[in-house]
Amino acid sequence: MSEIYQLSLSELVDKIKSKEISCEDAAKSYIDRASKSKKLNCYIVDTFENALSKAKEQDQNFNDKQKLFGAPIAVKDLFCTKGIQTSASSKMLEGFKPEYESTVTSKLWEHGANLLGKLNCDEYAMGSSNETSYFGNVINPYRNDKDLVPGGSSGGSASAVAANLTVATVGTDTGGSIRQPASFTGIVGLKPTYGRCSRWGVVAFASSLDQAGPMSKTVKDSALMLEVISGHDEKDSTSAKKETEPFSQKLTSNIKGLKIGIPKEYKVEGMPKQITDLWNKGIEISKSLGCEIKEISLPHTKYALPTYYIIAPAEASSNLARYDGVRYGFRAEGKDLIEMYENTRAMGFGDEVKRRILIGTYVLSSGYYDAYYLKAQRVRRLIKNDFDEAFKDVDTILTPTAPSSAFAIGQNVDDPISMYLNDVFTVPTNLAGLPAISIPAGYDEKNLPLGLQLIGKSFDEQTILNNAYAIEQNINFKSQVKDWWI
Amino acid sequence: MAITKDTVKKISKLSRIASNDQFEENMIKDLNSILKFVEQLNEVKIDSIEPLASTVDQEIIKREDAVKKMNDKNQILSNSPTDNKDFYVVPKVIE
Repeated sequence: MSEIYQLSLSELVDKIKSKEISCEDAAKSYIDRASKSKKLNCYIVDTFENALSKAKEQDQNFNDKQKLFGAPIAVKDLFCTKGIQTSASSKMLEGFKPEYESTVTSKLWEHGANLLGKLNCDEYAMGSSNETSYFGNVINPYRNDKDLVPGGSSGGSASAVAANLTVATVGTDTGGSIRQPASFTGIVGLKPTYGRCSRWGVVAFASSLDQAGPMSKTVKDSALMLEVISGHDEKDSTSAKKETEPFSQKLTSNIKGLKIGIPKEYKVEGMPKQITDLWNKGIEISKSLGCEIKEISLPHTKYALPTYYIIAPAEASSNLARYDGVRYGFRAEGKDLIEMYENTRAMGFGDEVKRRILIGTYVLSSGYYDAYYLKAQRVRRLIKNDFDEAFKDVDTILTPTAPSSAFAIGQNVDDPISMYLNDVFTVPTNLAGLPAISIPAGYDEKNLPLGLQLIGKSFDEQTILNNAYAIEQNINFKSQVKDWWI
Repeated sequence: MAITKDTVKKISKLSRIASNDQFEENMIKDLNSILKFVEQLNEVKIDSIEPLASTVDQEIIKREDAVKKMNDKNQILSNSPTDNKDFYVVPKVIE
């Protein structure tokens, strides 16, 4: 018999509800595997003992109304969890135990999910390789001759799903932090429309771009997770006044007649042939499913990354002003208050976080605000207008998720710009606030997974989920993770 | 170069991040390469375009101005780096 941890979220919950598997056995299966997988460095904190006792309770108080009943789930360490360390992978928040629970994680527990622990990520979600974490880099369960990065910033989440150390998870995506690691590890990752999921209790990076979303083994699992975690929340003033939808029940692979746009500006110079081939494969499959393929233009695409690297650091420099060594987390000594602040922030933040705070401070400072920040906001509107125009003619947009497969640890750490280029295909949708999903679609010549991305209209997650589901059924991607670390 | 050692000193001060020679040298290089990258935006014609600060297409939702008990003082103070139970403690600010 196959192991419990090999089941998808939907399969596991069905088997628990039909009493084929107990909540306790489900929890044990993941706890056992995660305990043997410390080499991957996915978990910062584990809550295995609590999970086990909750699972036993659940077996006594059976509740098949809950959509995730008995599902053992670890979450990115950017979500505040009551009484459990929430560090954002920073020295600055080591030891911080929130007194409250994020709305997104509250919804998971209300639906019967069972917390396994907190997953590693880039420090304050700033990074594309999980190498900026104070708690060390996460290792991708896929490898060639070297250890590879899992992508970032939700790298611990991505590796944990790919290696079966959690049945599914929630990550956050500010510029691609769900989708790029999903692509690097051969899993599904969905960034919902901005405002679809509450940001309350999520450690803030760039508030006009941050969005929580599911990461899972299958498209159906992401649909199920989204219907649990989405919905209006009065505690987040940017939360959309939209109720959740039964995304997983409405899921269909019949996408005949769907109009899919192929943006010509995403055919960037120097893109590896395998990524172009994969993209073409996605187009051919879509045609065979009865979709209409249209070439479209998103003329300001090349300006998305420069726009992002003004707006995101600007918002971050403001959001991270709260870490002053007074109320929580790390404090360094100083001879007076100002020196205490300065030493705390110099010692508590890592280099990438400091880089972004300084850039953000610079572009917002007197004399530079108009030339950088305001200009970036104007270009942001042009980028959004491009999508609005394109979506008059098409229902979804198909692109690669990332311009490469997973790279070696240390390969890009010395050059911030080469690291930033990882997000070239994912950043535009954050700027425009649109939903997008990455699905595993094939392997490159080194046998590393590659993802395809589908971008949708505002609040039309259902259509990209259906489109992704249809392609997933057709491609029938199989995980090739070998348990080399156990 | 747009960013000099003095600029790094100034923005470090504004950001309340202590800096030293080594830090400033590293940041001059990184920040200039990032600025050069973002200055591609100078090519874009933007004169008549309104800035876009948020993609949220709804008015800010108001709530009733009512007191709700959400947090517990002792639990909140327990996260403070100092162990005083009644106040946050900081270095002396007045002589």
